[in-house]
Amino acid sequence: MLTKRIIPCLDIKDGRTVKGTNFVSLKDAGDPVELARLYSEQGADELVFLDITATHDRRKTFAELVEKIAREISIPFTVGGGISTVEDVQVLLKAGADKVSVNTAAVKEPELIRTLAEKFGSQCIVLAIDANLVNSEWKVFTTGGRHATDINLFDWAKQGEALGAGEILFTAMTRDGTKDGFDLEANKRLSESLRIPIIASGGAGNMNHFTEVFQQANVDAALAASVFHYGAIGIQELKKELQRQKINVRI
Amino acid sequence: MSNRKINIAIIDYGAGNVKSVQFALERIGFSGVLTDDITTIEQADKVIFPGVGEARSAMQALKDKGLDTEIPNLKQDVLGICLGMQLMCDYSEEGGTEGMGIFPGKAKKFPVPLKIPHVGWNQISKLKTELFQQVNEASFGYFVHSFYVPLSEWTVAQTDYSFPFSAALAKDNFYGCQFHPEKSSLVGEQILRNFLAL
Repeated sequence: MLTKRIIPCLDIKDGRTVKGTNFVSLKDAGDPVELARLYSEQGADELVFLDITATHDRRKTFAELVEKIAREISIPFTVGGGISTVEDVQVLLKAGADKVSVNTAAVKEPELIRTLAEKFGSQCIVLAIDANLVNSEWKVFTTGGRHATDINLFDWAKQGEALGAGEILFTAMTRDGTKDGFDLEANKRLSESLRIPIIASGGAGNMNHFTEVFQQANVDAALAASVFHYGAIGIQELKKELQRQKINVRI
Repeated sequence: MSNRKINIAIIDYGAGNVKSVQFALERIGFSGVLTDDITTIEQADKVIFPGVGEARSAMQALKDKGLDTEIPNLKQDVLGICLGMQLMCDYSEEGGTEGMGIFPGKAKKFPVPLKIPHVGWNQISKLKTELFQQVNEASFGYFVHSFYVPLSEWTVAQTDYSFPFSAALAKDNFYGCQFHPEKSSLVGEQILRNFLAL
């Protein structure tokens, strides 16, 4: 049976992880490769690396990092952050990334999803959507959540699927960083209305939140950052707990 | 495997992420060359045929390079991965694509209401052949695909996604994995080692 995936997310700036971590075992907590290897050994199913570097030579630094990760890590990983052209994707896939995530550029130009899916295959195109409740309607935000749009989350996700996205990575901004749990309602609605896998993100604070989002929202994967980085939740213990809750995981 | 100087050709026909295979070989102490050169491929001890992308355009790329007629005639061990395995079958429903006809059978689209792609870690079982030596029944492989090859007499591993399908195929010197051994952690590394030791 297909298992539910647990995905740690690492923010990268200038080739280094941004947030500190509590892993005393790491020689260099800012080294994404070392952290990635640790997560992989602990049983992470996939990894996501988001490049938040703003400088001009960001692409080259990130591509070099992607290649280092691909050399070292034997599980799949997705890279994202500022991807807006076919060439961006080509460089990252050539460096060894398995999937890329697109966000703002796809909102600005939805056809980008189709172009990328036709060229590289849907399986490697993840549509990342940041959304927030505005007057009790889920609206899409761009540019790292800084820019509001009038686009409805569920309409956009549906359109993304039709254009050829292979997965949806949905971040509930209201939840992000709160540790109050994933947004079960929005994730459930996405999961039920689409035929592509949904990765839930935003709000993970304890192990029960993962159980809930898999059991109640029926998402395919759950992504988190700080609870893993600061060691509040260990991936191995999380997966054992999920297994106790009769959720299929890879152990 | 005492000598690690075996020549491994990884067929590079412009299909996405082929470096993953090269890196995976390096992690287990081997090196493979990315190539679309027929002579290099013919002279290799082992050939790996990866595939990521869409069947029709991938098959066209093979034809453009003359590889579609070359691969079925190879005498050494050949391992097709994911789309590579599907292109080694008779036909794929993806783009109505004629394959190379090495494995009898067709790649079909997963039916409604299954989520597609079938992406993530799933178990491989009923393992046969040397390819799965020292690999436990119900080990996990990493899959990402929207089309599947039904079970047949050539199936040497199977996986369940609401129904069982071929996770691996073998016929003569040809092998195929629907999952990605290069991305399947320690299990995948063992399978690659086994292939190189055949």
